[in-house]
Amino acid sequence: MKKRLFIWGGVSCLVLLASIVISISMGAAQLPISQVWLILLHQIPGLSEWITVTWPESSEQIVMKVRFPRVVLAVLIGACLSLAGAGFQGVLRNPLADPFTMGVASGSAVGAAFLILFGLQITFLGAWSTPVVAFLTGLLSLWIVLGLANTQGKLQTETLILSGVVVQAFLGSLVSFMVSLSDQTVNEIVFWLMGSLSFRGWAFTYVLIPYLVIGGMVLVSYARSLNLFALGERQAAHLGVHVDRTKLVVLVVSTLLTAAAVSIAGIIGFVGLVVPHLVRLLVGPDHRILLPMSAICGGIYVLWADTLARMLLSPTEIPLGVVTAFLGAPFFAYLLKQNKRFRKR
Amino acid sequence: MINVRNLQKSYQDTPVLHGIDFCVDKGEFFGIIGPNGSGKSTLLKIISGVIKADAGDILLQEKKLHSYPRKELAKILAVLEQEGLPPVGFRVREVLEMGRFPYQNWLGEEKQDVASLIDEIVQMLGLEHLEERTLDQLSGGEKQRVALGKALIQRPQVLLLDEPTTYLDIGYQIQLMDIVRKWQKTTQVTVIAVLHDLNLASLYCDRILMLHRGKQISVGAPKDILQSDRIEAVYGTRPIVMEHPVHHLPQIILQSQV
Repeated sequence: MKKRLFIWGGVSCLVLLASIVISISMGAAQLPISQVWLILLHQIPGLSEWITVTWPESSEQIVMKVRFPRVVLAVLIGACLSLAGAGFQGVLRNPLADPFTMGVASGSAVGAAFLILFGLQITFLGAWSTPVVAFLTGLLSLWIVLGLANTQGKLQTETLILSGVVVQAFLGSLVSFMVSLSDQTVNEIVFWLMGSLSFRGWAFTYVLIPYLVIGGMVLVSYARSLNLFALGERQAAHLGVHVDRTKLVVLVVSTLLTAAAVSIAGIIGFVGLVVPHLVRLLVGPDHRILLPMSAICGGIYVLWADTLARMLLSPTEIPLGVVTAFLGAPFFAYLLKQNKRFRKR
Repeated sequence: MINVRNLQKSYQDTPVLHGIDFCVDKGEFFGIIGPNGSGKSTLLKIISGVIKADAGDILLQEKKLHSYPRKELAKILAVLEQEGLPPVGFRVREVLEMGRFPYQNWLGEEKQDVASLIDEIVQMLGLEHLEERTLDQLSGGEKQRVALGKALIQRPQVLLLDEPTTYLDIGYQIQLMDIVRKWQKTTQVTVIAVLHDLNLASLYCDRILMLHRGKQISVGAPKDILQSDRIEAVYGTRPIVMEHPVHHLPQIILQSQV
C-alpha cells in the first residue's frame, strides 16, 4: 500500500509541478519555461544566491504578482473540492455525491447574490465581504441539512441526501429570485455563480491553506474508517468504527473545505464529482491513496481548466465553472462507456 | 461468557423482545431459531452492540456490554452477516486486513506481525487463489468465505452468525458451517448463530434457543427443542421429526398440507 502511495503520489506531484510551471509561462506575454523555473527557484531562500538574475524585472513581476498566485489558488481550490468530493462519496457511499450535495453551494450563492443585489460587496469587510458572507451562509445551509436529517441522534444516509436536495432546491429558487430582481446587476451574480479566479491575490491563498492542510489531515486520518464504510455501515460498526461520529466529522470537514473554496472562487461544478471517480479508476478504492491523490489530481484539473479559461478567448475570460464542466462531462461520459469495472459499480 | 438478563426491546411501542434470559458458556455453539419476525435478528443486533435494549442487561465476561469501548468490543466479538460483502473494488487480501482494524493505531500500524496470521486463515478457508481478486469478481459463496475470514482475523472470543447460510447452496452451507465448527473446536471460541434452517441448527448447535413473537419459548439441546408439537405451535406447520442415521440428531422433514 505504502509503495503504491509513494509511486502514485510521486508521479502526480511531478505532473502537478510541471503543470504549474507550464501554466505560468502561458499568457498574453509568453515567458520561456526555463525562465519561469529560475524565477521560482530564485524565491527559495537558500537557493537565491546560486542563481544569477538573467531576466527582466517585468517578468518577475508578472510571475510573482499575477500568474503564480492565481495558479496556486487554482491548485488549492481544485484540491479542496476534490478532497471534499471524495469525502462525501466515501461517507455517503453514493456515486452521485459531490461537494454540493449538502446544499453548501446554494447556501453560499444566496449570501453572495444578496450582497451583489444590494451592492454591499465592499461595505463591511472590503474585498472580503463576499467570501466571508458566502462562507457563513454556506455553513448555515449545512446546519439546516444536518438538522433536517437528524432523527434521534442518527444520521441516515438516504435522509441526508434527500435533505441536501431539498435545501438546495429551496435556496436555488431564492438565488434565481434575486437574479430576476436585479436588472442591471444580473451579470455580476450570474458570473459569481459560474466561478472565477481572476483578481484574487495571495491573501486568498493564505486563507485556503489552513483549511486544506487541516481538513486533508483529518480526512486522511479517517481513511481506514471510510474503507470499512465501503463494506457497509453495519460491517464498519462491527469492526469498531464509530459510525455516526465518523459520518459527522467527514461531512462537516468536507463541507468546510467546500465552503472555503466556493466562497473564494464561486461555484465550480463537476470537479468534486468527477476527479474522485477518475482517481478511483486509476488507483482503486482504498481511501488511504484515494484521498491524497484526489487532492493532487483535483489541483491539476482546476489548474488546467483555469489556464484554458484565461487563454482560449484572451483577453476575455471564460467562467471557470463553464470550462470544468465542459471538459469534464464528455471525458467522464467517455470513461463511463469504456470501463467495464466502472459500469459495475 | 455471555449472560443475557431479562432483555426488553420495543420499536415505537411495539414490543419485539421481552423477558429474554439465558447464558452462553465459553466454547459453546449456541443457536437461536424462530419464525420470521420472532425477534431473532433484533436479539443478535443487541448482543453485537449495534442497538441498545430498552431494559435488561447483557454481560460479556462479567462486564456490561455497553461499558466496552467500540474497538475493545470488536476485539472480543465479531459478526458474520447474511448478505456478506458488497461488490466493491477492494482485493480479498485488503478486505481480510480490514479485520485488524480494532488492533491498529491511528496510523494503521500494529505491533504484531499480521501477514502470517492472514496467511494462516487464507489457507484454512482455501482462499489462496482468490487473494488478488477484487470482491466484485467473486461468487456469493466465495464472498461469504471472505467475510468469515475477515471475522476470524479479528481474533474474536465470541463469533456471532446472522443467518450466514441464507444465500448459499447446500455445498457451501455445509462447508461454511464445518469451517466454523472446526475452528471453534481448536480455539475454544463461543459461537452464537441465528439460523433459519432447523436441520443445520440441529447438526451444529450444542444448545438452541427458540423464540416466538419476541418471547423465549425454551432453551435446550436440539433433541429437546426440535419436537413436532413445539415446532407446530411456533411455526404453524407440523413436520415429521426423525433421527439422523449418522449423527443421531433430530432432523425435520416437511409435509405439504394439501
